[in-house]
Amino acid sequence: MTVVFSKTRGLTDIPTHYCPGCTHGIVHRLVAECLEELGVLDNAIGVAPVGCSVLAYKYFNCDMQEAAHGRAPAVATGIKRVHPDKFVFTYQGDGDLASIGTAEIVHAAHRGEKISTIFINNAIYGMTGGQMAPTTLVGQKATTAPYGRSEEHCGRPLKVAEMLATIHGAQFVERVAVNNPANIRKAKAAIKKCFQAQIDRKGFGIVEVLSSCPTNWGYTPADALKWLEDNMIPYYPLGNLRTPEEVE
Amino acid sequence: MGRVLMKGTEAIAEAAIQAGCKFFFGYPITPQNEIPEYMSAHLPEVGGTFVQAESEVAAIYMIMGGGATGHKVMTTSSSPGISLMSEGLTYMAGCEIPAVIVNVMRGGPGLGGILPSQADYLQATKGGGNGDYNLIVLAPSTLQEAVNLTQLAFELSQRYRNPVMMLADGFMGQMMEAVEIKPYTDKDIPDNTTWALGYMEERKGQKSALKSLYLSPEALEDHNINLQKKYALIKEREVRCESYLTEDAELVIAAYGTTARIAKTAIANLEKEGYKVGFIRPITLWPYPYEEFKKINENCKGILTVEMNSGQMLDDVKIAVEGKFPVYFYGRTGGMVPTPKEIMAKVKEIYGGEK
Repeated sequence: MTVVFSKTRGLTDIPTHYCPGCTHGIVHRLVAECLEELGVLDNAIGVAPVGCSVLAYKYFNCDMQEAAHGRAPAVATGIKRVHPDKFVFTYQGDGDLASIGTAEIVHAAHRGEKISTIFINNAIYGMTGGQMAPTTLVGQKATTAPYGRSEEHCGRPLKVAEMLATIHGAQFVERVAVNNPANIRKAKAAIKKCFQAQIDRKGFGIVEVLSSCPTNWGYTPADALKWLEDNMIPYYPLGNLRTPEEVE
Repeated sequence: MGRVLMKGTEAIAEAAIQAGCKFFFGYPITPQNEIPEYMSAHLPEVGGTFVQAESEVAAIYMIMGGGATGHKVMTTSSSPGISLMSEGLTYMAGCEIPAVIVNVMRGGPGLGGILPSQADYLQATKGGGNGDYNLIVLAPSTLQEAVNLTQLAFELSQRYRNPVMMLADGFMGQMMEAVEIKPYTDKDIPDNTTWALGYMEERKGQKSALKSLYLSPEALEDHNINLQKKYALIKEREVRCESYLTEDAELVIAAYGTTARIAKTAIANLEKEGYKVGFIRPITLWPYPYEEFKKINENCKGILTVEMNSGQMLDDVKIAVEGKFPVYFYGRTGGMVPTPKEIMAKVKEIYGGEK
């Protein structure tokens, strides 16, 4: 018998707390596989956010620091400046990164911090129970936007990848989705390139991952992926916005 | 390095470097800007790194990340900036991450002013951030002491895996005095590779996860019990205080930092006029030297607390004297400074007029 697939060493054996159908688990696996395949797992230090992935420090099989809400890029900056030879990454959701933590992510990119950020955009606050995020789509219902997000009242959703791609220090910027096997493969390729950019000391790198939240969106896992495809991808176009030359 | 004339902020910065601090993250705010400026110039000379953060919020989390590696890291700020950092202080205390924070206090509340003050005593010693935690808080009253306490701050933060704050009023930052700054050798420091980030190899593949999150109430209570055990140990071992004449004083002045220095001048002048005034100067504001007040003789008229605020240390003095003596207060605020003359007048008022 040949082993064609096995769980990556980059994840611990602790069962995750994520809801059925949530795509955090997929992204955790992709990140962990990339760490292992690039040979940086034993050299990696991760920073977990506040939000659904607050417990990520349990799941990644490397040194981990649990940060305050939105502050992961600042914590990662401190770690990386002391340990320039370690691989340092943050894993953050959209409430964490795109709302309370905008200053920290913008300035980590602005300084060209040699860290990598995995940014989960599921257009909602998951952990706190489905409140509106800066990434919630116009018309999308949330517990703090019960009539649907109004553009007049709170503007159009923030496009984080496009915003960060205007910053020179952000040397790798790509938006991916994990709604089907083909996109999951592309997401892994993007995460790997993003990580390679840090290994090559190019600057800051971020992969925005469009993810689903069946629980708070109120869909079945399959319908949630369909909703992501039909509503999120048209507003948040997939693709690479910046790649440093040697990583291409 | 012999004795040299230095500005307080620069002396604090050089003392930190001589204590082995190689990483500084900070944000500009008056009156302490010379510290980040000095660090940006001199840390590269010792193979260290200075990063100017985008805010005090980011600065405190940069030292949280840096401190999580077990290395000596520092940030400095002034009152409004420390308010912004308070979230990070409780996270660091909860994660047991060592770091040194200097607050060169200015007058408040709010934006206040930029002149010297001691109005952050309660914020530093009783919290500021959420939850049951304590910072070790050191208050220098001369620049040489600011140098010595800066270096001690690194040792204590490493020994107890706890953030240490040096609470320096604006005078400690802005005045010049002769100081001697020597390289500092730590005593009784544990091996950080057992817990710090980036040493999985030294731990033979064992990961380390630093966090203050405990979702189960039993686990969070255990964590709090452990923290309280550590704080009890610090209270037992690390109280520091200067005092004199408490055994036969007619009145005792309690003061810290620059105000303590001014009080000393007042006490010396009063002695010439026949007043026997004792002196207690807490050097550690947390843990507080409550025991020192037990040495005060029972015929003492009372304790006069002198501060550059509206009486923030009063409650600690009242706790310390356990109702045995009346506690009086004289303070100035907003950057105004109590003069020896004003303190002497207050002492005479307590005596009920000239002797």
